[in-house]
Amino acid sequence: MKCQYCEKPATFHITELTEPDGPQVMHLCEEHARGFLQKEATTPTASIAGALAKQLNLGQTKQELAELDQKECPVCGISFFEFRNTGRLGCPFDYTHFSEDLIPLLTNIHDSVVHIGKRPRRAAAADSHAELIQLRREMEEAVEREDYERASEIRDALHRIEEAGSTEQNASGEEE
Amino acid sequence: MIRDSDFDDLAHKSGEWLRGTGPESDIVISSRIRLARNLADFPFIRRCSDEDRISIERTIRAKMDSIDEWREVRYIDLEQLSEIDRQFLVERQLISREIADAEGSRAVAIDPREQYSVMINEEDHLRIQVMHSGLDLKSAWQSIDELDDKLEGAILYAFHPECGYLTACPTNVGTGLRVSVMLHLPALVITRQIDKVFRSMQRINVTVRGLYGEGSQYTGDFYQVSNQITLGHREQDLVALVGDDVVPRIIEYERKARDFLVKQGQQDLHDDVSRALGILSTAKKISSEETMHYLSKVRMGVNLGLIEDVPVGTINKLFIHTQPAHLQKLQGRLLGSSDRNVERATYLQCHLSGKLSDGELN
Repeated sequence: MKCQYCEKPATFHITELTEPDGPQVMHLCEEHARGFLQKEATTPTASIAGALAKQLNLGQTKQELAELDQKECPVCGISFFEFRNTGRLGCPFDYTHFSEDLIPLLTNIHDSVVHIGKRPRRAAAADSHAELIQLRREMEEAVEREDYERASEIRDALHRIEEAGSTEQNASGEEE
Repeated sequence: MIRDSDFDDLAHKSGEWLRGTGPESDIVISSRIRLARNLADFPFIRRCSDEDRISIERTIRAKMDSIDEWREVRYIDLEQLSEIDRQFLVERQLISREIADAEGSRAVAIDPREQYSVMINEEDHLRIQVMHSGLDLKSAWQSIDELDDKLEGAILYAFHPECGYLTACPTNVGTGLRVSVMLHLPALVITRQIDKVFRSMQRINVTVRGLYGEGSQYTGDFYQVSNQITLGHREQDLVALVGDDVVPRIIEYERKARDFLVKQGQQDLHDDVSRALGILSTAKKISSEETMHYLSKVRMGVNLGLIEDVPVGTINKLFIHTQPAHLQKLQGRLLGSSDRNVERATYLQCHLSGKLSDGELN
């Protein structure tokens, strides 16, 4: 039997069970079989693209999509369009800012949206990531213009946020 | 930590994970676990300014310096390194190709036994990895969990109560955990059953990819099995999925295929692996691909008892030490492709003709 894509003998006979129209048998030479199987063995980026494509097919109108694409994170400035193209987020706050838009995506990739594993002993509150990033930037700017008084004020503010987060984490840890 | 840019000594020895020890080491080369972590007060790498990257590198280095047990750990500034030295660390699996090819401030911390390394400013601010020889995921998880705790004591991680550890790519979010087991599966390749393995993996959220090949070409019959999902499961459960469920099944398939090959024609197989050893120990010039191809046969021959007197650890090392950057580091000079082929042949001859024992290779 010949490979269905070239003249070489078909040495791989693959039954694809996930086809919508029922099982499909493919007869492939080694080279085409490897190509096929490798495409199937999804890389992270490919699975993001796949998950996004799935998500975007789910009843969103063109207008809704265009609006979503323009949505930008106030902290790092990344747009949803840019995320969609690169598969990479811009900052920790994106998980809060794009939360609703990421939920279907996380469900597609992980079949879950809730972390149940390890937790750090110390962590900042989820909604404080924006403030942390902005304050640290301001602190560096203050140091640059030699305004050490302002820099130390910001440092104290940062510590307060970190400590608040720790207490919150510990409290939730005790409840479990 | 010791700040370092000269690691010529590494070229003459090899990491613990290559010893060919540990459970199932005839089939499993290594067990690797990595954790992706980010600092809470910086954007992810792609949105970082040059200053941000410098600042992240400094912050993490200072914290690492404060860990008492890390006095012997080597700290290598990758930005200052030559391309060949970065390539060397990639071949050695201590850094990723991505961080080697990146730009800007980035670094790696490596423990003296090469059992763990921490990359700074890869796709995430921190990529912690632990590598053990053979199928040894549980103790690898224990080690990396402890390492993570040590770093966490000094660094505020980006963590979300629902999403878990936050990562630049949503495919890593949650645990940030990637468990990877490197397997040598020559019999499944010869008996053309490897596609069955690929397919059964997809149904249980595990990724398989060929190793050491360039582009789509797999060489050396090495395959890496990793978990695909990182969110919604406990770390120990993901470790168990790969280590207790998936990998033992593949090992069983490979053993059956090896038994089949032996029963079907031991003489042919013996001939095939002996010829491979013959070529490797007598060739005067040999390419990297050809070396992988024959080393893979010899490795199987050693594990089936068809080749004696060559320790499997030696073969494991030769896979790494015959790669381009390693050969050039060993020679202490840059070599073109055809010079490398000659050098590679000499190196193989020297280590396979019985003149050197395994101990001397270290």
